[in-house]
Amino acid sequence: MRDARGQVRRMPGLRLWLSGSWLLILILAAVFAPMISPHDPLEQDLFAARLPPFWQQGADPAFLLGTDSLGRDLLSRMLYGARLALTVALVAGTLTCLVGATLGLIAGYYRGWADLVISRLVDIWMAFPPVLFAILLIAVLGTGLTSIIVAIVVIDWTRFSRVVRAEAMSQGAMDYVASAQVAGRSRLGIALAEILPNVLPTIVALLTLEMGIAVIVEAILSFVNLSISTDQPTWGGMIAEGRTSIYQAWWVLVFPLAALFLTVLSFSQLGEGLKDYFDPVLR
Amino acid sequence: MSDLIYRVKDLRVSFPDLSRKPLFGAAPRIDVLKGLSFDVAKGDVLGIVGGSGSGKSTLGRAMIRLLRPDSGSILFEGTEIAELNEDELRPLRKQFQMIFQDPMSSLNPRRRVGGIIAGPLRLQGFDNIPSRVDEALEMVGLAKRFSERYPHELSGGQRQRVGIARAIALKPDFILADEIVSGLDVSSQAQVLNLLEQLVRELGLTLAFVSHDLSVIRRLCTRIFVLQKGEIVENAPTAELFDNPKSAYTRALLDAIPLPDPDQVWS
Ligand SMILES: Nc1ncnc2c1ncn2[C@@H]1O[C@H](COP(=O)(O)OP(=O)(O)OP(=O)(O)O)[C@@H](O)[C@H]1O
Ligand SMILES: [Mg+2]
Repeated sequence: MRDARGQVRRMPGLRLWLSGSWLLILILAAVFAPMISPHDPLEQDLFAARLPPFWQQGADPAFLLGTDSLGRDLLSRMLYGARLALTVALVAGTLTCLVGATLGLIAGYYRGWADLVISRLVDIWMAFPPVLFAILLIAVLGTGLTSIIVAIVVIDWTRFSRVVRAEAMSQGAMDYVASAQVAGRSRLGIALAEILPNVLPTIVALLTLEMGIAVIVEAILSFVNLSISTDQPTWGGMIAEGRTSIYQAWWVLVFPLAALFLTVLSFSQLGEGLKDYFDPVLR
Repeated sequence: MSDLIYRVKDLRVSFPDLSRKPLFGAAPRIDVLKGLSFDVAKGDVLGIVGGSGSGKSTLGRAMIRLLRPDSGSILFEGTEIAELNEDELRPLRKQFQMIFQDPMSSLNPRRRVGGIIAGPLRLQGFDNIPSRVDEALEMVGLAKRFSERYPHELSGGQRQRVGIARAIALKPDFILADEIVSGLDVSSQAQVLNLLEQLVRELGLTLAFVSHDLSVIRRLCTRIFVLQKGEIVENAPTAELFDNPKSAYTRALLDAIPLPDPDQVWS
């Protein structure tokens, strides 16, 4: 028994460390981007266009990760791109979680007509293809950071409410809820003090997953040029530019893509790791 | 009368039958308790027996107002509680408590034992909560250090003791114990039953003990209700019921008890 538990515990530890480290690096990079960027991310230098990364022949040590077809420094652009990616991840992820989890908790615990309304709404929502929905929303709201965040919240709250509803429902059927009622706890008190703590690990896992998704959505919108103003560096925008010169300068595509991939992976692994960490049975 | 704790008249409970709900309109209702009337005297240890689905748990849960009866009257120590809403019930709640069947489900897995026992005390506005928690743990035979543990770190029998401690910490007048030993192994069963017997004696509790198991009921209870399909078919003191069962259903139940010695008869 003990040994098996020890093995279960080792995995989340490693996961938490790796994903946490990457996200920490990213946060530091985003916060200190103006200080640590070797170049202005918008500065063009057509004589230094498509310089390869430092280990390749013909590289310029001043441009560690090389330059794009307009001669802009890739590293600086990625550092600035991290700012937007993380802002969207944190703000949109948290807001989506708050809206979706609250509605899910209400539907799952209070049931009745509240559940009826919320569940119908979710069904209708799910019938929209999310990417089209996002593009449509941006078209209506106009581009810009706020629009991206609003679009993500509006589209993705159902992800939380569905899962939290099901979880709250199964927790609501447990006897500890009846026991709290016998002790005289109010409905709201039960929802917040008994059910919510038991649903929280699931919410945390979903939240980090949602942060990863928000990064992807922002990248997709940038990719189709619907994110924020075109001259601001974004990972999605960089990927879109890199795509056109993949044979001449693979690095313009690969570096932002790798950063995106690692970030999304780290968010989801962080969630899994935290979930295990929060579980008193596994801890 | 002052020595009655419960006086129940024509208690009816029904549930909607969702499997036969028409597309539009309300689901038909199934009558689960069909107009029960009975008294419970203070200090009684009431056994509620009957087949599965006969309404034993429903009766118990209506008595402590975990569910609202359709109609009828429940006088608890002279107060009519059948129609009260949750806010009106709250100040009365400390007087009737419940011990649940499955302690794994009835103890919040995210709270430590100490917090689980302290929660109801805090809600009901008790003072000196830490000492009351310790006292309750001691009464159920658990050491103080258990208050730092999580439910999953306890054995089944210990968990059930925590459930008992939570109920008695409030010093209630009435406790409903719904199949509280059926999830335990035989030796924990015996220990929990001994504990319950001792608590009834020491605290002067009035207890309603729901069970399938007539041999357990016989040992513990002073009075027995036999439920069949939502009706009380027999209500008699334990000795009388075992000596001289009046209803055919009770006789059938008694005949079904496995005896340790095949030649032995109840006497
Ligand atoms: N919440 C509910 N909704 C609908 N039907 C219910 C509900 N609770 C109980 N019932 C029905 O009421 C009847 C009596 O249930 P109850 O739980 O009181 O039986 P019981 O005597 O305690 O049985 P057991 O010995 O199996 O615990 C059953 O037919 C059950 O299906
Ligand atoms: Mg039952």
